[in-house]
Amino acid sequence: MSNLPIFDVAGSAMNAQSVRLSTIASNMANADSVSGTPEATFRALQPVFSAEAVGARPELAGVRVTEVTQSEAAPIKRYEPGHPLADGEGYVYAPDIDPVAQMVDMISASRSYQANVEVFNTAKDLAMATLNMGR
Amino acid sequence: MTEPTSSFLGIHGTALALREQRLQLLATNMANADTPGYKAQDLDFNRALNAAMAPTAGVDGLHGAAQASRFERASSQPSLDGNTVDGEREQATFAQATLEYRASLSFVESKVRSMLTAITGQ
Repeated sequence: MSNLPIFDVAGSAMNAQSVRLSTIASNMANADSVSGTPEATFRALQPVFSAEAVGARPELAGVRVTEVTQSEAAPIKRYEPGHPLADGEGYVYAPDIDPVAQMVDMISASRSYQANVEVFNTAKDLAMATLNMGR
Repeated sequence: MTEPTSSFLGIHGTALALREQRLQLLATNMANADTPGYKAQDLDFNRALNAAMAPTAGVDGLHGAAQASRFERASSQPSLDGNTVDGEREQATFAQATLEYRASLSFVESKVRSMLTAITGQ
């Protein structure tokens, strides 16, 4: 908590959106990572946001990532007997990740991040203008 | 409003502080645009200014006036997760609030400048 809580609020939001972008990057990167067992298959990650009061002022809420959840979607079973990771019956397991949905989520996260950068810059300009008063 | 600086700056000093409070609330809305269950909030500036300027308002200074004038803004497109922040409207409101802050700031600044002129005599 500082005298300029806008920076704390916008900063926490940028941090949260950055976590969201990281999980999306991880999901996209591992969309084609197959494995030999359903348990070892990569599962899509998704962060959970919650509002958290900044300092002693409950009405000024920053964003906190409370947890990063793993998708419950069952892995996709694919018959590829020639694959080096295939199990005894010739199946490999791929994570159930929809690249289009991930892209849409990425655009949304990126826009939110930009909006908060804008808030941050505006707050900085206003603070500087106020500090330079009378000069 | 008994402090010498407050009486010198008049309504503009109070207005500037309240406009900052409003900017803080709007920044909170923007930050929580993706937080499930978050309700967009805003400051009724006229009410806050009246409360802050009236000596017998029964509220505790600037912060109390801002607290009493806070309200939850309804969304034009409510989402399923309970969030009521409209991203675009929020950006427009924030831009307007920024301009209002600058307007108040320029009034305060002109007061400060005239005082500086009186002090330095130049």
